[in-house]
Amino acid sequence: MNAAAAPAEPILERAPGLLRDWLLAFLPEPARWMANSLLIIAALLAVAGLLFAFLTLAERKVLGRIQNRPGPNRTGWFGLLQPFADGIKMLTKEDIVPRDADPVLHLLAPVALIACSVLTFAVIPYGRHLVPVELDAGVLYFFAAGAGTELAVFMAGWASHNKFALLAAMRALAQLISYELPLLLSFVPVVLVTGTLSTTGIVAAQAGWRWHFLPHWLVFTPWGAAGFVLFMVSALAESNRSPFDLPEAESELIAGHLTEYSGFKYALFFMAEYFGMCALSGMAVTLFLGGWQAPLPFLGFVPSYAWFAAKILLLLFGFIWIRATLPRLRIDQLTRFAWKFLVPLALVNLGTTAFWVLSGPWAGSLQLLRWAVALALVAGPFLLLGRRLGAGLGPRAYRYA
Amino acid sequence: MLGTGLLQGLAVTARNFLGSFHDPRRFVTTQYPEERTALPEAYRNFPFLISENADDPMGTLRCVACQICEKECPPQCIYIEKSKDRKTDANGKLQLYPAVFAIDLSVCMGCQICVEVCPFDAIKMDQVFELAATERFAGLVHGREALAKPNSYFRQIRLAEAREVDDRLAADRRVAEEKARAAAAAKAAPKPAPGAPAP
Repeated sequence: MNAAAAPAEPILERAPGLLRDWLLAFLPEPARWMANSLLIIAALLAVAGLLFAFLTLAERKVLGRIQNRPGPNRTGWFGLLQPFADGIKMLTKEDIVPRDADPVLHLLAPVALIACSVLTFAVIPYGRHLVPVELDAGVLYFFAAGAGTELAVFMAGWASHNKFALLAAMRALAQLISYELPLLLSFVPVVLVTGTLSTTGIVAAQAGWRWHFLPHWLVFTPWGAAGFVLFMVSALAESNRSPFDLPEAESELIAGHLTEYSGFKYALFFMAEYFGMCALSGMAVTLFLGGWQAPLPFLGFVPSYAWFAAKILLLLFGFIWIRATLPRLRIDQLTRFAWKFLVPLALVNLGTTAFWVLSGPWAGSLQLLRWAVALALVAGPFLLLGRRLGAGLGPRAYRYA
Repeated sequence: MLGTGLLQGLAVTARNFLGSFHDPRRFVTTQYPEERTALPEAYRNFPFLISENADDPMGTLRCVACQICEKECPPQCIYIEKSKDRKTDANGKLQLYPAVFAIDLSVCMGCQICVEVCPFDAIKMDQVFELAATERFAGLVHGREALAKPNSYFRQIRLAEAREVDDRLAADRRVAEEKARAAAAAKAAPKPAPGAPAP
């Protein structure tokens, strides 16, 4: 969180900072820096925890509506207390550790997973003055911390001493490592254009409007739109969400690496999955959707964190919508999609961005040429690779069916 | 083109999502304990015993404890004990009645064979499905008190069948009355001489 805000800003914008200062004033000077950090951590965990709780409810409600049913509506008003009922259920359930399981690793896996997920929240700028930790290489830190979750998933599969869990963990590893590459490659263009790895710097680079209505968000450029889509597809796979939910494919692997987990450890895995989803959505907002910037100039009176929340909720709704729509991929389709489609497209996108940066000084009608070339560089490889992706693989003829 | 099918799928789910808010034909869920859908007339689950009179259900059971249903029941879930004495039934005839009539609902499979074999139209299929019990064994064995329901209830749940049964029973009763009257008349009249032609 930044130092004192300019007094000209609206009170709502400064409210979180003022509240923190007011709380810190109760403490003696030497303890304040520590209390400040603890306060930020507590606030982050509270907001993330509540978001997780209500996200599970929202997911069930939206899935229900898409399937033409109301979803949970018995606990509290419109089912609003459902997450808390679920939490109590999870807490009171028996925690079973298999006899042959490695007890230390079995316990450590959910803890490591949740720790890695929570770490990623540190560098996301939630508002103009709401950055928990300002790092010069914030984006790098984000993906490094996020990659730790893969280790935890394999730890869970290995420690369970269960063949389904182990198979699922191997799959999860194959999937997460496959999709790590397009995920990282898809944000490199952003770094190339903004020239910084700091999340605050990237958001600052997207400030302002073209012709007073089109924001300078990176998603409104040809390479930015392509990068955003690549990022979101990889994020779906990285957070084990449908249609890439192979590690916990119920029909094949019981519950994957979660098979031998029960009670609150199981809840922690779920929490980590949703935290990962929220963190990746937050990163997508930061990298491509202008972070906390308002979409139109006259909407600046709305506090920046509200804009960030609106954008992240929109992306999360997209996650749920996609889950309700798409069936699960097979493991060979999954890896082929990553290596033969997403990685080449991400590499081509890097070239497109390089062209975009080099053609920055072009003026007048050359700007039109710049857009045309960039669009062609985005659409051409997509069409060509898209045709190649399914070639020779379908439609499938079932000879004995 | 790659991705068009994906967008079509997303459009379908979006249509369902929005449609569920304004189109009642799409959104068909009934909020069960508060609202109920009408059961179709042919719906059946477990048998019940018909009594003629709602005020005295045990006294007016149609069942005469013939035990045909008990013997025919494929899963053997009916248990009947005959009475020691006899009571007059609706036709004024002295009949046995079931001292014990029990159906184990956890065994009954709702096949309706007891209904089909009953010559007295005494057992019919019920439509009550809220039969949860707090005790696993005794709670699901229903005795004759729990099974007896008046004929008016049968008319309520399955009118067409009830009307047909009532008409048939009334016709039988008329025939029986006429026969009884004829028998009484024959008894009152002098015995015809043997060898004389029948009237």
